[in-house]
Amino acid sequence: MLTIEEILETIKMVQQENLDIRTITMGISLRDCAHPEARVACQKIYDKITRLAANLVEVGEEIAQTYGIPIVNKRISVTPIALVAESSREEDYLLFAQTLDRAAREVGINFIGGFSALVHKGFTRGDHALVHSIPAALAGTERVCASVNVASTKAGINMDAVYLMGRVIKDTAERTAGQDGLGCAKLVVFANVPEDNPFMAGAFHGIGEPECVINVGVSGPGVVKKALEKVRGADFGTLAETIKKTAFKITRMGELVGRVAAEKLGVPFGIVDISLAPTPAVGDSVAEILEEMGLERCGTHGTTAALALLNDAVKKGGAMASSYVGGLSGAFIPVSEDAGMIRAAAEGALSMDKLEAMTCVCSVGLDMIAIPGDTPAETIAAIIADEVAIGVINRKTTAVRLIPAPGKQVGDWVEFGGLLGRAPIIPVHKISAAEFVRRGGRIPAPIHSLNN
Amino acid sequence: MSSKRIIISIIGPDRVGIIAGVAGILADHNINILDISQTILQEFFAMIMIADMGRSTISLQELKELLTAKGEELGVSISAQHEDAFNYMHRI
Repeated sequence: MLTIEEILETIKMVQQENLDIRTITMGISLRDCAHPEARVACQKIYDKITRLAANLVEVGEEIAQTYGIPIVNKRISVTPIALVAESSREEDYLLFAQTLDRAAREVGINFIGGFSALVHKGFTRGDHALVHSIPAALAGTERVCASVNVASTKAGINMDAVYLMGRVIKDTAERTAGQDGLGCAKLVVFANVPEDNPFMAGAFHGIGEPECVINVGVSGPGVVKKALEKVRGADFGTLAETIKKTAFKITRMGELVGRVAAEKLGVPFGIVDISLAPTPAVGDSVAEILEEMGLERCGTHGTTAALALLNDAVKKGGAMASSYVGGLSGAFIPVSEDAGMIRAAAEGALSMDKLEAMTCVCSVGLDMIAIPGDTPAETIAAIIADEVAIGVINRKTTAVRLIPAPGKQVGDWVEFGGLLGRAPIIPVHKISAAEFVRRGGRIPAPIHSLNN
Repeated sequence: MSSKRIIISIIGPDRVGIIAGVAGILADHNINILDISQTILQEFFAMIMIADMGRSTISLQELKELLTAKGEELGVSISAQHEDAFNYMHRI
């Protein structure tokens, strides 16, 4: 029998501490939609998505009602479009992006991920077409998210792709200049991308995945922070133990929701992504967890150690709670989406260099960071190169989602509203890396028999 | 997920008629109360009911709407959730 304390604890987590299921993401394979005629391929894509995801939103809402836990997003990820569209003679994939957008609107979801290409070892014709279509696709659609994997531990870093993405990000920002470069918030550059990540903007349905699958992402930074408030002054063992126990409880909720959703939709259950993902709401911040550990402000010395502890404890607790853990799993540190990160960046406590260091120990990378609009493509490419190098060498996923806000300078702000939040422009190094970036070719894969 | 048991929680300032109001709604729709426990949480009244909706004449959604309206009338917050939400979190 449940105790009254346990019941009240659950209710409190949901009602006061922002515990939620961040996303139910339906992964859909579009491999069977390839066709020499782009229009036929697009029709097949539209039909398949709207058929499989017809009840996704409804089922999500029903589960939220039954269990009394909010499910914030219902989303879809699809096979990287570069793979599906390549059979067509089309050189511009805007049509495919518009098809995804229409399908997303039809089933009532706010984001669809998978306008993607995997180019870590090199480009095919379809990969080239997709990457070149990204700026127009993100400016011309509302709900489509794009991602490109430019590096992996096994293949090294495709520096041609890195440089190209620097230019694509600039172009995307320019084309969405009226909204502070919003298009870039829907574009992620990856190293070692996971195939089952339910979190946008980097979600896509990997080629090792089944026909259709339900993946769930849980989140509850507020719950972790509240738990830590009760152990103020305790040693690190206690701190880690407290986070572990809390992560366990959060993940159990995700496991329940994922299994019920999969059953109701008649598709297999994939994974729970055990991540702490913030929102701009006060009390739902990863940075505030780090500050609760004893840092005066996120970004100061000690931040990397605090984040490492947090990330590891979340994984340990989550792995015990669910046997099918995947995706990115860890702590997300998107600047514009986290009230504590926004404050730290505005005060100058959080710099680009510290953010980069933090990404060595957390689950993603340089995420939702606004930089000056006049930052050269070469500098953006160099930032990407640094970040993917961290992923490649450390055999982990890293990602870059930068917004070079057109016409804005350090001291200005970008405003995206909703879950994407707002952020101050952070300075980047002025000294050029153009010669380095322009070399082209591939940085070889690292050797791992001589680890350090 | 086959169980039809739900957990109803009522939190708010104490006053006369809270239990009667909630129990009345449940009785009207053939929902059986299995257990009631109550505590004072700081200065707040907190009551937990476990009920069986196996023979209920209304859906959980409809019940939630009735309870929300009753909660507003009584000045307390009432929520109803399937028991698995709690079992899953606290029991392996």
